[in-house]
Amino acid sequence: MQIRNRAFLLLGLFGVVTAGLTGCKKGGDAAADADTIVIGEVAALTGGTATFGQSSHAGTQMAIDEVNAAGGVLGKKIKLVTEDDQSKQGEAGIVAKKLVSREKVVALLGEVASGRSLEMAPIAQKAGIPMISPASTNPKVTETGDFIFRVCFIDPFQGTVMAKFALARGWKKVAVMTDVTQDYSVGLSQYFKEYFTKNGGTIVGEQSYASGDKDFKAQLTSVKEGAPDAILASGYYNEVGLMSTQAKELGIQAPLLGGDGWDSPSLVQVAGKSIEGSFFSNHFSNEDTAPRIQEFVTKYKAKHGTIPDAMAALGYDSAMILVDAIKRAGTTEGKALRDAIAATKDFEGITGKISLDAKRDANKPAVVLTIKDGKFVYVETVAP
Amino acid sequence: MDQFVQQLLNGLFLGAIYALIALGYTMVYGVLRFINFAHGDVFMLGAFGGLYVHKALAPLLNALPWPLALAVVMLASMAICAALGIAIEYFAYRPLRTRPRLNVLITAIGVSLFIEYTGQLVFGATQQPFPALIPRQNISGLGGLTVTMTQVIVVVVTTALLIGLRYIVMRTRLGLAMRALSLNPTAAALMGVNTSVVISFTFGLGSALAAAGGILYASLYPSVDPFMGIQPGIKAFVAAVLGGIGNIPGAALGGMIIGVVETLVTGYSQKLGIPSGYKEGVAFIILILILLFKPSGLLGKVEREKV
Repeated sequence: MQIRNRAFLLLGLFGVVTAGLTGCKKGGDAAADADTIVIGEVAALTGGTATFGQSSHAGTQMAIDEVNAAGGVLGKKIKLVTEDDQSKQGEAGIVAKKLVSREKVVALLGEVASGRSLEMAPIAQKAGIPMISPASTNPKVTETGDFIFRVCFIDPFQGTVMAKFALARGWKKVAVMTDVTQDYSVGLSQYFKEYFTKNGGTIVGEQSYASGDKDFKAQLTSVKEGAPDAILASGYYNEVGLMSTQAKELGIQAPLLGGDGWDSPSLVQVAGKSIEGSFFSNHFSNEDTAPRIQEFVTKYKAKHGTIPDAMAALGYDSAMILVDAIKRAGTTEGKALRDAIAATKDFEGITGKISLDAKRDANKPAVVLTIKDGKFVYVETVAP
Repeated sequence: MDQFVQQLLNGLFLGAIYALIALGYTMVYGVLRFINFAHGDVFMLGAFGGLYVHKALAPLLNALPWPLALAVVMLASMAICAALGIAIEYFAYRPLRTRPRLNVLITAIGVSLFIEYTGQLVFGATQQPFPALIPRQNISGLGGLTVTMTQVIVVVVTTALLIGLRYIVMRTRLGLAMRALSLNPTAAALMGVNTSVVISFTFGLGSALAAAGGILYASLYPSVDPFMGIQPGIKAFVAAVLGGIGNIPGAALGGMIIGVVETLVTGYSQKLGIPSGYKEGVAFIILILILLFKPSGLLGKVEREKV
């Protein structure tokens, strides 16, 4: 009996401690008062693609802080309410709903991953409030409805960029590794294959895996048999990092090719030397010497101590475009704001000049980066 | 042919780790007759234990030759996890020992969630790179086959731990007490076996094995996160049931089978025309088939419920 009591006491203590720890994370109350404009953000701050959410959130927050420091917009301060979707499919929809119904946000920013943006989009559309995704490249995202925008290029373009790049290097045989649990990866692989095979390339192996997988030896052993010149790894950085180490262990020398899903410092941390000499397409290069970009890099570095990646730049751009549209609309009413965002033309963003087309996508050039000495190094720019 | 042998090897190495985790499930089941669902999370804690011990002792460890450094990290993490395992049993399961087994089972699920989310709070939710405790190099002289140093170490350590475990269970007094408890707890207690000590010991031993498994797994796939124990944990559980739960060689055999099946299904999915995502499905189908024809598992003994 004594033992049981002590155990309960300890469990109780655990309970108090954890309640205290989680309790202080909550903060900021819902109701928007008259002097603030509330903007909702959904980001993957934790979980499998956490660096995406952390970066895009840092960029978004930086933009909002700058706007507020300059006096806000329409004479009001902006309040950014950020919800973490834990990189989980299903969670993004839930938190988006919460932002819309509980926080009464005037617009939604996010997500980076296309699969999760696709969950948010119908919610924003139905509520009649605009949503801007910073970095979801799958075409289906903005096809959801006329309130859904993005400030990045789309996968048909990104897939073409990498296919062109491979062909230009004389790589005619490419194997494809697709994360079948991610709309982004499935789309990117598909568009790559379409362009690549139409223009004289051959796909010598197609393998699939799921997010969270750690062992790719089985797939890579099969891939190796086709003796590819390069391997398209269209998934996100975490799996690609592990895949890269295992490919080298199996004696595969072919470089890996990928998309903007690789853009994370974790890629190099996990993959180490094995990822050297691989290539991926991205939205911007922080090595770009344009003053606008270098100013952003310096400001970001001063605040966060790290060099911004593309997700940070896109997060910044998405928030700035929204603020710009609020200014032009002169109101935060859903329909008027939507029309103002749709009219965005030649906006000078960090990731390039942004004009939103009739499909509410941004037409922008892509850059190809390679990994050298553990750093992302600029190779070339490909225009749409 | 080369490719087939390579896939078989890939599967066996993966299976060795499943086997190591499965041992923990099987031992606890053998003694207490319940499934410790938190076992996969102790496995995760083992990997993090290794990560932090390595961080703390980095200057010292870098001076040592790598096998010694590996041994230090592994033993330290095993000790930490053994203590944690004993604590889990003491605080969560012991108060429920006289209650229906279902209560303990549900508590185990609760403990599992508790560890995962506390882990997320303490370690953070992002994946962290795991240090290369074992040099990343291939074993040469195998023709077209590739086997890495890490894989060899995995098999060596797993085999050594299996033999060690077999020795403890079959040749020591504590092992004898464990077997007695497994046979009949009341009778064992009447014969003077201190059941509490034996149960604590079992949990400690199982958790230490999980920690070793965690470090080996993290060495094979050098990225750790607080949820890394779920998938391997479930597979090891299947392996334990497949081999006959409560049976130590059975757990090892089950682990190997699951590892090989998974790898072959993934490797040949394109030729067989099934998506590689079905690898787990196939493993479970095999489990169902085996349980249909041999309900006690491959090496398990048929037991009648005593009234």
